[in-house]
Amino acid sequence: MSAKDYSLLGPDGAEAVESGLAAAQWYHSDIPRKEMKALMKREDGPAIRDTLILFCLMIVFVVGAIALWPSPWSIPLWLCYGVLYGSAMDSRWHECGHGTAFRTAWMNDLVYQIAAFMMVRNPVTWRWSHARHHTDTIIVGRDPEIVAMRPPKLFRILANLVGLADAWAGWSRMLLNASGRLHPEEVTFIPASEQAKAIRVARVWLAIYLATIALALWLGSILPLMVVGLPRLYGAWHHVLTGVLQHAGLAENVTDHRLNSRTVYMNPVSRFLYWNMNYHIEHHMFPMVPYHRLPALHAKIKHDLPAPSPSIWAAYCEVIPAVLRQLRYEDFFIKRELPDSARPYREDLHQVAI
Amino acid sequence: MTEWIDACAKDDIDPEDLIRFDHQGRSFAIYRSPDDAFYCTDGLCTHEQVHLADGLVMDHVIECPKHNGQFDYRSGEALRAPVCENLNTYTVKMEGERIWILI
Repeated sequence: MSAKDYSLLGPDGAEAVESGLAAAQWYHSDIPRKEMKALMKREDGPAIRDTLILFCLMIVFVVGAIALWPSPWSIPLWLCYGVLYGSAMDSRWHECGHGTAFRTAWMNDLVYQIAAFMMVRNPVTWRWSHARHHTDTIIVGRDPEIVAMRPPKLFRILANLVGLADAWAGWSRMLLNASGRLHPEEVTFIPASEQAKAIRVARVWLAIYLATIALALWLGSILPLMVVGLPRLYGAWHHVLTGVLQHAGLAENVTDHRLNSRTVYMNPVSRFLYWNMNYHIEHHMFPMVPYHRLPALHAKIKHDLPAPSPSIWAAYCEVIPAVLRQLRYEDFFIKRELPDSARPYREDLHQVAI
Repeated sequence: MTEWIDACAKDDIDPEDLIRFDHQGRSFAIYRSPDDAFYCTDGLCTHEQVHLADGLVMDHVIECPKHNGQFDYRSGEALRAPVCENLNTYTVKMEGERIWILI
């Protein structure tokens, strides 16, 4: 089989459109409408609580770190601040982008803008990119957010543990957008009416970074950059650690999230940082369910899903051998087994995946 | 040419909810607002042709189940990305316990 082309402008994307894989109907577990409405219901309380905890912790850690700077005793505080900035903001960007974290629209929008800045993801571009990820989840040539391609780019994934690839790409794209241009791939998924907004945001961000750099030069210290910008690097590891598990090693080009997504039981700290996105099959099947109701959704449909990985460690015990095998055999993928209580897969979806 | 179509019974729709109504190859969404008024729009999201009937009604807003785009179902106005194009709306009348739409 020839190598796949994951770019949005290549032949695999065009083939997905032609074959009907793009914008297809996806499998959903059955949930009565009344129960689904209860699961989808929005409220502000849980996200206000979690956001206050998050920002208060960030302030405590960063104030402590600045007070102790440049002593080595500041390092643990920077690491704590960094993981909240460079990892927890990933899930806040994600959930508020869906508009499901809060019931109140402006609260979603405010946290979305802050988190997008910290994650160096243009809030306009990435809103559309993520919409495409949900339309065409792990469809080669259509999904712009495939992390573990085949063969997997292991160096890129490892480099992203300290943000090197993604943050660098984000800042490079910011400079491109601030110059008034969009990348050709961005043009394929951002509507013309929205493109000017992406450029405006990039210019505001550039101004913030220039001000931070100017302050660092004036002080003769990298301290301002330790607060703004660099935490995206030294705090990125947790969102990569958890994010890789979402789809890595599983099937591509199938229209059943049970085949291409992974649910992993995680410890409470990781679930707080990740805002329950460890229930990833559930999130993809029903993206309107807020993060704080995903455990309840999981309880309702787990009879119809593959068994979840019992821990992050267990999930990596499955993912690492699969990804290493894909380095040599890029057609290999993990075929999920379903419990007897589940509705069966359409076997032809697996044939397409091969 | 437009005509009135008998779409459903009033009690077919819960308050602050919607149902799907298909007619002659077209799909519509019929809403019952929290203040017990009835409205009708096209049944498919203008973004990617997803049925709105699986979505969430909040006050006078319908949210698409696929990408969380939002519309005001009274006017059809697109309120939240990724939807940019408004929904078509249709006149509704109630006769007894039945809901009629003008399409």
